[in-house]
Amino acid sequence: MTVTRRQFVKTSALGTAGVLAMPYFFTRTAAAAGPIKVGVLFSLTGGLSIIEKSLHDATLMAISEINAKGGVKGTTIEAIVEDGASDPKTYNEKASKLVIQDRVPTVFGSYTSASRKAVLPVFEKRNNLYFYPTYYEGFECSKNVVYTGAVPNQQLSNFIPWIIKTLGKKKFFIVGSNYIYPREMAKVCKILIEKNGGEWIADEYLELGHSEWGAMVNKIKTSGCDVVLSNVVGDSVVAFYREFKNQGLTHDKLPICATVTSEIEIAAMGPEYAVGSYTSFPYFQAIDTDINKAFVERYRAFVKDPKAVTHHALESSYFQVFLWKQAVDKAAEITPAAIRDAVKGQEFDAPNGHVKIEPENLHAWLTPRIAEWQANGQGKIINAYPKPIMPLPYVAYGETEQNLFCTSKGLDTSKLKI
Amino acid sequence: MLDVLLIGLSLGSILLLVALGLAITYGTMGVINMAHGEMVMVGAYTTVMAGIWLHANLFLAIPLAFVVTALLGLLIERLVVRRLYGRLLDTLLATWGIGILIQQAVRLEFGLSFLGIHIEGLGAGLQNVAVPKILEGTISIGGDDINIFRTFIILVTIVLTAITWFLLYHTAIGMQVRAIIRNPRMAAACGIDVERVNALTFAFGSGLAGVAGVMMSGFKTVFPDMGTPMVVDGFMVVVVGGVGSLLGSILSAGMLGQIDGVVASITNDILARAVVFGVVILIIVLKPRGLFAFKGR
Repeated sequence: MTVTRRQFVKTSALGTAGVLAMPYFFTRTAAAAGPIKVGVLFSLTGGLSIIEKSLHDATLMAISEINAKGGVKGTTIEAIVEDGASDPKTYNEKASKLVIQDRVPTVFGSYTSASRKAVLPVFEKRNNLYFYPTYYEGFECSKNVVYTGAVPNQQLSNFIPWIIKTLGKKKFFIVGSNYIYPREMAKVCKILIEKNGGEWIADEYLELGHSEWGAMVNKIKTSGCDVVLSNVVGDSVVAFYREFKNQGLTHDKLPICATVTSEIEIAAMGPEYAVGSYTSFPYFQAIDTDINKAFVERYRAFVKDPKAVTHHALESSYFQVFLWKQAVDKAAEITPAAIRDAVKGQEFDAPNGHVKIEPENLHAWLTPRIAEWQANGQGKIINAYPKPIMPLPYVAYGETEQNLFCTSKGLDTSKLKI
Repeated sequence: MLDVLLIGLSLGSILLLVALGLAITYGTMGVINMAHGEMVMVGAYTTVMAGIWLHANLFLAIPLAFVVTALLGLLIERLVVRRLYGRLLDTLLATWGIGILIQQAVRLEFGLSFLGIHIEGLGAGLQNVAVPKILEGTISIGGDDINIFRTFIILVTIVLTAITWFLLYHTAIGMQVRAIIRNPRMAAACGIDVERVNALTFAFGSGLAGVAGVMMSGFKTVFPDMGTPMVVDGFMVVVVGGVGSLLGSILSAGMLGQIDGVVASITNDILARAVVFGVVILIIVLKPRGLFAFKGR
């Protein structure tokens, strides 16, 4: 048999096309038959791993619990774990890998705003879906991110009026780490302080990770303030509370009211330095409900550490997987767009209470709570909203429940006056 | 004003505490010891472990940490640094590597975490140390509140500096060390056992870092990365003060501490840090050998 040149070109072209098409064909069928893959992207190494490892563990725990109860849409969930390495650039690369190569319909991840901002372009460009569990500064309106941590109004709208009316403190010293989250929080603080008849006498910042608080605490001491509002982040928190006590300041006369200090930081500094100070979060380990107690027990068993503490971002990491599961069950097909549409309005009984995803801005309705820290390292909840409140990511710029800036149509920039 | 000056003094004493060990090892041996920060970290962890396992308080941890880090320093000198004398950049790289090894050893609990064994007090998490009651709070002197723990740090720094000064200027081995600082070859030619003196000096410098770690653990978080930023501050002090000069290190630590404290009190901490680095750059440009360098090296 002789092979003509034309024939050879024809068959080889067909063959090449077949080879090229094959991997695609295989992945599609495999995805349809096998488990549903999701990305889990937290820092397992580097400076932030101390806290992000706990969010990672809570996410995997939720996935294993869902799988144990029959999974989602009759199949199991398979977690593809990647390490963000405490580095925004690595976050971006790993997110691209999960979305493009692994073709996951959703990724759960991030603790810092820096890492969220780094992955955002990947999810917006590919129209994929990201579940972000951490409290953050707001000022974001992406239709590709579901935010299940608190935004400023859910941490501050109860806190500031409570400080002024119940504690009777009127002169605020606002202090924070020098980056976007504390600065945006300070903006909201000032609006609320002025609205409630208080005054702020200073607004100061220290480098992130700075641990020399001598000069700053001395300033607080001589400023004549009667309450400190702290948006200090990370291990600086520990040095701050220690220096505060070492300079002879006490929380009963001059309390620190914090928006970031959680069970993790309290354990790290030694609870005796924080006794009598306050923090505002939607979730505390000390929430006295059966559902939360069982959650804490399960978490401790899951990480094999009988002393492990739970905190707000960890709890959000856990319940957001259940919201996602309900959305997938409801969605007609497993695509990011279908899951996003289905997650709108989803409700769940989380350890912190009832949560719901706001259909307009994809943030979660949460219940603000205030806790006073005790000698055992736990918060005693002394004030709580009766029910969850609406998330308002643009509250620092005048957003109200009646006048939303971020809706399902996107951000209305005409309302934004900076 | 007194409290501002005291903060500056305290910042300076912390700088000196870290720099003291470096001043000796860098000055005598010409070794850029990048693992110095990890020695501080080991000292801090010794305090944590002593508290958990021996129920020893901060005071008892000081001699303990000195011994632990001095032995570790001796080991490093014998195994690695000894083979690299006269090769400045190689010592920098090698000790940097050692620093990473020590960090990871603490983080992975000497590898036991792979086997699922957890040692309380080690690992990647944050640790803390309970400060003895008498070092907490303030005492009032002349209407100003004086921070007891910071005063304690200043006192410890003064004592350690005095001991170091005594050892260097009033003992036989100190004279040998000073001879090596001036000219190692000539010292060897005069019959000084340079290897032995170097090993002891390295161990002593590491021990000082360990004590610095104990002090740090009282008011900072203890975690595996804690030493890394300190080594930068330490070198800053040594370079500004002049290599090999104890007096230079003392004065430059005091000066940089006061600049930091005063500027931070008047404006803010971020600006203060920038001013400190600005002053350091200026001094290095104008006096490349530092403020108090010896001429005949």
